Amino acid sequence: MQEFASQVPAAPPDQKPLGRAIVVTSGKGGVGKTTTTANVGAALAAAGARVALIDADVGLRNLDLVLGLESRVRYHLLDVLEERVTLDDALVRDKRSEHLVLLAAAQAREKEDVDTERMTELVRALRERFDYVLIDSPAGIEQGFRNAAAGATEAIIVCMPEVSSVRDADRVVGLLPQTMRPQLIVNRVRPAMVRKGKMLSVEDVNAILRLPLLGVVLDEPALIVAANRGEPVSLDAGSATGSAYRDIARRIAGENVPVAEPAPEGGMFARIGAFFRGRR
Amino acid sequence: MFEFLMRLFRGEPSGQTAKERLRLVLLSDHLSLSPEIVDALKTDLLAVISRYVEVDEAGVDVTFEQREHEVAMLANIPIRSLKPRDELPKPVLATVTALPAQEPAPAAAAEMPLPKAETEAADAVDAVLEPPAVAEPVVAAEPGVAAEPPAVVPEPEAQPAPAPAAALTAKQRKRRKRRAARAAAQAVHGQPDPVQQPLGTSAQA
Amino acid sequence: MSARRIVVTSGKGGVGKTTTTANVGAALAKRGHRVTLIDADIGLRNLDLVLGVEKRIVFDIVEVVEGRCQLRQALIRDKRFETLAILPAAQTRDKDAVTEQQMARVVEDVAAMCDFVLVDSPAGIENGFRNAVASATEAIVVTTPEVSSIRDADRVIGKLVERQLPIRLIVNRIRTDMVRSGDMMSVDDVCEILSSELLGTVPDDEEIIDTTNRGEPVVTVPGSRLAAIYDKIARRLEGELVPFTNLEEPGIFGRLFAAFKAS
Repeated sequence: MQEFASQVPAAPPDQKPLGRAIVVTSGKGGVGKTTTTANVGAALAAAGARVALIDADVGLRNLDLVLGLESRVRYHLLDVLEERVTLDDALVRDKRSEHLVLLAAAQAREKEDVDTERMTELVRALRERFDYVLIDSPAGIEQGFRNAAAGATEAIIVCMPEVSSVRDADRVVGLLPQTMRPQLIVNRVRPAMVRKGKMLSVEDVNAILRLPLLGVVLDEPALIVAANRGEPVSLDAGSATGSAYRDIARRIAGENVPVAEPAPEGGMFARIGAFFRGRR
Repeated sequence: MFEFLMRLFRGEPSGQTAKERLRLVLLSDHLSLSPEIVDALKTDLLAVISRYVEVDEAGVDVTFEQREHEVAMLANIPIRSLKPRDELPKPVLATVTALPAQEPAPAAAAEMPLPKAETEAADAVDAVLEPPAVAEPVVAAEPGVAAEPPAVVPEPEAQPAPAPAAALTAKQRKRRKRRAARAAAQAVHGQPDPVQQPLGTSAQA
Repeated sequence: MSARRIVVTSGKGGVGKTTTTANVGAALAKRGHRVTLIDADIGLRNLDLVLGVEKRIVFDIVEVVEGRCQLRQALIRDKRFETLAILPAAQTRDKDAVTEQQMARVVEDVAAMCDFVLVDSPAGIENGFRNAVASATEAIVVTTPEVSSIRDADRVIGKLVERQLPIRLIVNRIRTDMVRSGDMMSVDDVCEILSSELLGTVPDDEEIIDTTNRGEPVVTVPGSRLAAIYDKIARRLEGELVPFTNLEEPGIFGRLFAAFKAS
């Protein structure tokens, strides 16, 4: 059994508790797992925690791209699991935060190549050195999802207020052990559409899923711009979505931050204001 | 309005940034997904280099490194010795002065960013060549020459293929300058010109 | 004469494969072709939901493959378009439940009975994708103008090229306001990066979420901008050369007017 050695020193075992390993999953693709992992991770690190992010989407890696670290990736998850390099060689330090590292997925391999037992050991090794280990799950409920959940002790379910997404989230919750205490993030909410009755509300979603609500994140063009640049919005003080992700990070850390319902954009003047700010 | 002003001061529009990042990341992805192309490149590279030097094939290492604004090929090629003078390919220039004493170098590491390979060879040559006393080709080496017409045109009599001096397009002048740089590199140092192999671009093989 | 067998795929999840399959299929059926849609996303089925036939499912594709029912028993006839049929996925199984050969066999059986088979692929490039591509003769790759989508589309295009399938691209969820301000890549940018032939350009439009919620293909909505676009895509699939829609937004006054209208 290989030790995943790291130059980041671990505290003596009796002093420091193991870090938390949280899988971020959804079933449905494209609802914001990777964006959530990147932003929540960045927010936790900005607040001082030591955070390791793992991209478990072998073959279709994107966490590196969303964080703007794609040019720094030399080695990947399978290089570590298959013992070609040490964990320390493969961990990519974030551009902005010294507390944040990334273990990228392999691009030229397949999800079936991951050994779930080795994955569990890897997550364990990271938990000894980091306060949080966030694992970005791929879409689906097959091997990729199982890899991502291996070694995780908690789960975040990301769901859009849209029928397919809710249905898939429900399926995936059913496949996770209850001990993982899954919590819900409702993502890409468009309040105007909710008010017009054209989109499910947060209550509608959670009436079906019945999970503790970790956060509500609005859909914003700023997210696309952020991905274009490879800069997480949670580090942008002016972004509403960034603020939502920062709140989520605070709740994960144990703070009691009330979940704000999306502010109603009422009245003609508010609408004109929104128009000039470039929002729909 | 505020967002518009912010955009003015933020520099490059993010759509452009995204496009450029994708170009590099896809190049990198394609390279990692095409080991057979990389092997073929390696074989061809060694074949060319072996015309000038004896290489230690077992120690050859060719990798690709993704950097902030480019993908670069790094070749570490241990060299045992220079090929005997009479086995070297003939130099293209007839008017080159006596070569400095050749010593086999223990290893040559050639670092070659893909788009700028030829101009960097020209830079390297330029850095070593002394200002000529008599009838040596004057090589102008400028970084970023791809975009601009050259400041110095080589002397006509040193050109291996003289072209009419009048009415050369910028492209033609560039090409002649590159040819001169290549010839000078081969003649003076016995160091091969970096091989330009078009690697996986956005078009799928 | 056997049908054209088109797989609709993307690599990236959530870019609109299922809505594309549903709406292109409905548009083709509206034009009189016999169309069967196959949901290959076993375990996470959604094509039925998007078309509003979820309550009419009796048998699914896995039961067909396992011989527990006839193919025609599993096919659901659409009530809006008589030439449109859907073969739903199983919900309580996963993608290991069928092999590529079994999938290919089903597709061929379906193809014998219609003009167009559209297979809705799951996200990814693993066995779900491989099953969906089994026996396909053409591919539609759906992408949005975002970095992750394009990267994944590129990967999937590589896989399709290996199988020598002709590929055409649909660029989905275009926001012309953001393209104009430089905050989103243009259709030209996307086609250049992916080096693929363009089949359609679809704007980001709330109408899709709305019609999906109701289980209605957007082509049933009279006067819908999206319906016209999907109709053009159907015509291009038929072989017609149709110019691409100008997705220019109305000018400043048009938008003000729309804002007031929305209140």
